[in-house]
Amino acid sequence: MDRTNKLYGIVALFDTPDQIIHAAEEVSGKGYKKFDVHTPYPVHGMDDAMKLKPSKLGFVTLAFGLGGIAAGLLLQYWTMVVDYPMNIGGKPFFSLPAFIPITFEVTVLMATLGTVIGMLSVFFRFPDNKHPLHETPYMTSVSRDKYGLFIGANDGKFNEAEVKELFSSLGGKGIAEIYEPERTLYDAFNPKFVGLLVLVALLVSGGTYFSLNKLMYMNPFNWMDHQFRGVPQQASDFFADGRMMREPVKGTVSRGHMPYEFADSAAQPAEPLANPLVASAEVLKLGQKKFLTFCSPCHGNHGDGDGRLNGQFPVPPSLHTEKLQKWQDGNIYHVIAVGQNIMPSYASQLNVKERWAVVTYIRALQKAGNASKEEVQQYRKENAANVK
Amino acid sequence: MSNDNLQYEKKFLPGKVLNIGMALLAIGLIVGALAFVLDPVRAGFSYLLGFFFVLTIGVGALFIIALEYVAGADWSTPMRRVPEFLGSSVPFFLLLAVPLFFLMNDLYHWTHTAAVESDPILKGKEPYLNISFFIIRVVVIFVLWSAYYFFVVRNSRKQDETRDQKLTKKNIVLSAVFIPIFAITLTLAGIDWMMSLDAHWFSTIYGVYVFSGALLAGLAATTLAVVMLKERGYLHPRMHNDSLASLGGLLFAFINFWAYIAFSQFLLIWYANLPEETVWFIRRWEGAWSIITLVLIVVHFLVPYTMLVSAPSKKNPKRLKFAAVWILFAHLIDLYWLIMPEYHGEKSGFIYVLTEFGFPIAMIGGLVVLFYFNFNKHNAVPVGDPKLERGLMNRP
Repeated sequence: MDRTNKLYGIVALFDTPDQIIHAAEEVSGKGYKKFDVHTPYPVHGMDDAMKLKPSKLGFVTLAFGLGGIAAGLLLQYWTMVVDYPMNIGGKPFFSLPAFIPITFEVTVLMATLGTVIGMLSVFFRFPDNKHPLHETPYMTSVSRDKYGLFIGANDGKFNEAEVKELFSSLGGKGIAEIYEPERTLYDAFNPKFVGLLVLVALLVSGGTYFSLNKLMYMNPFNWMDHQFRGVPQQASDFFADGRMMREPVKGTVSRGHMPYEFADSAAQPAEPLANPLVASAEVLKLGQKKFLTFCSPCHGNHGDGDGRLNGQFPVPPSLHTEKLQKWQDGNIYHVIAVGQNIMPSYASQLNVKERWAVVTYIRALQKAGNASKEEVQQYRKENAANVK
Repeated sequence: MSNDNLQYEKKFLPGKVLNIGMALLAIGLIVGALAFVLDPVRAGFSYLLGFFFVLTIGVGALFIIALEYVAGADWSTPMRRVPEFLGSSVPFFLLLAVPLFFLMNDLYHWTHTAAVESDPILKGKEPYLNISFFIIRVVVIFVLWSAYYFFVVRNSRKQDETRDQKLTKKNIVLSAVFIPIFAITLTLAGIDWMMSLDAHWFSTIYGVYVFSGALLAGLAATTLAVVMLKERGYLHPRMHNDSLASLGGLLFAFINFWAYIAFSQFLLIWYANLPEETVWFIRRWEGAWSIITLVLIVVHFLVPYTMLVSAPSKKNPKRLKFAAVWILFAHLIDLYWLIMPEYHGEKSGFIYVLTEFGFPIAMIGGLVVLFYFNFNKHNAVPVGDPKLERGLMNRP
């Protein structure tokens, strides 16, 4: 390191921890503020001897920790409530107990990283790589087996001769002046320093790549590819029936299932059910959609029994017969749910609401196809604006 | 340093301490008797509360002694006599358990033979949960704890005169044997006395939960006594405030440990949502219990956490004293929350809540009286311990 003529401070070396504690007490007692101690290991009682105030680093940790709590909760809130809500065990989307472990992890991670980054940037002035004490014989000694004391030239009480006098009276050896290094705009791009950063980056990313993409695929990790687990359609020697897939417990019903009490009888029930739906536009629209999908191939788009399959299949009945007009809604529902003659049950295609919607739509078809003259005139009068 | 030559001189606690202890004991016993007249079943529960509160302080103190020997810690040596005095209550609990044996029929549903016969779950647990085995377990556990207390304290006191370093080694062996025994016995004691109040329910982490509370209670009581004695100059004159930092640190650590364990127990049961497990938490979430549950989180975790989080607060005697009293109070609420929701009687009202604290107050008074006599009879500092000098020099 090239150095200027500007004095940075004066250093001295001591042989024992007792000497350095005594020296630190004396120096701080004399009122010096800009001084520091360098030891190869933490020396008990040094904080007191130097009259140090508690470190401020804790506040950095606290700020980052609180930030971690907020970030962790926000992450989970966004992913689990806003962006991709998922029903997990019927719990509310925002379930604080389930979020606490991850919030805790994020808090610890942020607090630790924050502490390290705070320490490097605020206290070590990263990326300043030219601390004046670096690359001096003094630093070599205190990294090995000596205890060093330093007083900065920027101290209000600093006087070169006095400081040297003080050091030698305390038993200090190797008293030396340290000069400010030559600083340029490109210090941070020092090849050694940049090289180190690149090396660290390569090692970390290479190590991560190796462990995640290679190591974890080797035995015995295998990314847990080989597990004892059952997959659908697999044979099982564990279960008595030899199948891996299990049947639901007897009596299990699916969510929203509504039992139909006449499901077992082919004949029409004596007391058919009443239609629970009101013929609203929404219901009719649903009924129309389902009718056109499932009923119209045979019964025709208007229920006249002239569907596309006419001629390839026994002719289906018209839905406008007198018998059907007189039927209650529940009778039609029964046919949809159970089937009749050659018509199969549509229970697995249409759920309860859709069946009733189809019934309602058939009623509307019947009404439209068999209206009397008076009714047509009445309708035209009421809807004069819409009907041409 | 100039005061290096100061040595410990024995000082005696004033009679005021004895009077306070006696007064607490008397008031507690009167209120407890009143509770017993009002409703013997509820009084039984409150007796169990007081029993466990002071018992956890005692066994927590025993564990602190064992920990010091096994870990070879020297920071705690100058104050080790305080947990020794607090642990002196442990042998008395075999005697204090006798009333509970008579109240078992009121407290524990599994003692009703007719009910057990018609209940397949209780029937299945009968080989463990039956009165004779219960009493055998209680006696064995208390004998083991008392034996550890007697041997370790005898060696420690003998060292005051003989200054024999072999006694320290003997105590290390004793403590190393005691710690695994303690882990098992405290788990069993927690299951027997508290978890079996609802014999249908089970939680595998319960023993650790009881342990975390017990160690916290022992630490808090030790901290409180050490700080108060040190402020009045009863301990070694060279003991530095900084050596309190480790007590503060341990308090802080075990506040977190308790919260971690308590939350682990809750999270798994909440997530799995099995009726046979959730019933215990649901009972603590009905009516006013939900308030106590929430208060517990604040009082047992959030407040002491903030109180002790900063480094200087762990050395500050005033702060430590306040935190110790606070944590002891929180521990009482914790035990109340564990025990009292299982009270199945009909009686409710303010007078019953008030009288519930009779027995805990009486037992605390008893502990103070015991502490007084022990303190005045023995050295308050283990003057013969080889680790004492290093402990006094310790500045974390």
